[in-house]
Amino acid sequence: MGVGTLVAASLGIDGLVSDESPSDGADPAPMRSLNSGEGAPASVVACPNGPLLIRGDFELVGPDGEELPRTRRTVALCRCGASVLKPYCDGSHKLIGFRSEP
Amino acid sequence: MKQPSPRGDISALVLAVISGTAESQQEPLARLDRLVESAVAATADILHDDDLQLALFCQYELHYSGIDEAGDDWEWNPDLLRVRHRIEAALEARVRDEVVLGSLPEATSEAVCQELFRMTGEDSGPSMSRFVAKSATEEQLREFLVHKSIYQLKEADPHTWVIPRLAGRSKAAMVEIQADEYGNGLPARMHSALFARTMRSLGMDDTYGAYLDAAPAITLAVNNLMSLFGLNRRLRGAVVGHLAAYEMTSSQPNRLYSRGFKRHGYGEDATEYFDEHVEADAVHEQIAGRDMAGGLVESDPRLLQDVLFGAAAGLAVDTLMTVHIMEAWESGRSSLRPSESMAS
Repeated sequence: MGVGTLVAASLGIDGLVSDESPSDGADPAPMRSLNSGEGAPASVVACPNGPLLIRGDFELVGPDGEELPRTRRTVALCRCGASVLKPYCDGSHKLIGFRSEP
Repeated sequence: MKQPSPRGDISALVLAVISGTAESQQEPLARLDRLVESAVAATADILHDDDLQLALFCQYELHYSGIDEAGDDWEWNPDLLRVRHRIEAALEARVRDEVVLGSLPEATSEAVCQELFRMTGEDSGPSMSRFVAKSATEEQLREFLVHKSIYQLKEADPHTWVIPRLAGRSKAAMVEIQADEYGNGLPARMHSALFARTMRSLGMDDTYGAYLDAAPAITLAVNNLMSLFGLNRRLRGAVVGHLAAYEMTSSQPNRLYSRGFKRHGYGEDATEYFDEHVEADAVHEQIAGRDMAGGLVESDPRLLQDVLFGAAAGLAVDTLMTVHIMEAWESGRSSLRPSESMAS
């Protein structure tokens, strides 16, 4: 089973790298429950004019490889740059009129 | 839930009837039916009618936590249900009058999602969240929690009724959202539990229904609308639209609410409920718009109008509650029912 690893720099989406890594038994323990889904591959929805919505099995880590605090299985990552909860979305894209479409 | 104080002949009779046995209540039920028939025709505005809203709230409550002294058999008593139908038909008609839908989008997931974001992004009147962030007094924070407590202590429950009526993508999305609302297996993380913690940190009673007597008709109407949508399968599109609208109007207001409590020196015990919603609902609104509401419409395009109606209805009735609260606060009055003191 492949578990996607997402590296998010604390500054936001500019530091986001998506990377597939083999991880049989390599998950760190604390967030195990969130990382042990039914083997569903990670899927990323680029929400029009909004965040990146990530579902399935993945790890979310900082640039040092340490897992970021995470309390839910599915997360929305900021891509407008305005969130105060980066790397997570806080809905700010609506206030600044962020457009992902031309 | 403990029995609330009646607000007129009809709510008094409902509470009296459900305290007895069905066999002993045939005559009072017949009287109740006649009273309600004339009251729904005569009311100036059912959304602000304390007696009818409380009567309906109590009848719906039989499906949730029940009411002290009321036998469980009343939940499906056909004579009481007939009375309930009269009130909820009048409520639905009133809300349909209030709501004007624009031109319908295509019945695709993305078009429905975009339309819901458009509707929820429109300026809908006074902003309670900005006021709470900047100006609300400590007493007004408590009032704000009283209004919210009627729903938030059972947060997510009215929408959960619809789950078995959905299928596929829409159902999976709804369950994904509701699982988060219910704490992902951790009782202390349930949103209703986080809200109870906020109330306790302000020295308030977190018992479900403790402040029901203080809640004005319009606050009960906000709740009755959700139960109306949630308990009627024919309105499954509306309850899905209603939840989507709630998720889409949550992140930013909750950030501001949190700021209001911090301004008065309250810590994480009080603010975590709001802070949690900023992040959670930024996720939920995407799932709700695209997969839950959009997915439902794609699987059954006939529900397009109902989904948008449910969203618009939720926004409209919530706006009326906000107007009620802000008008009271701006003129230096309490927004709660006058007889109630806010014991803390």
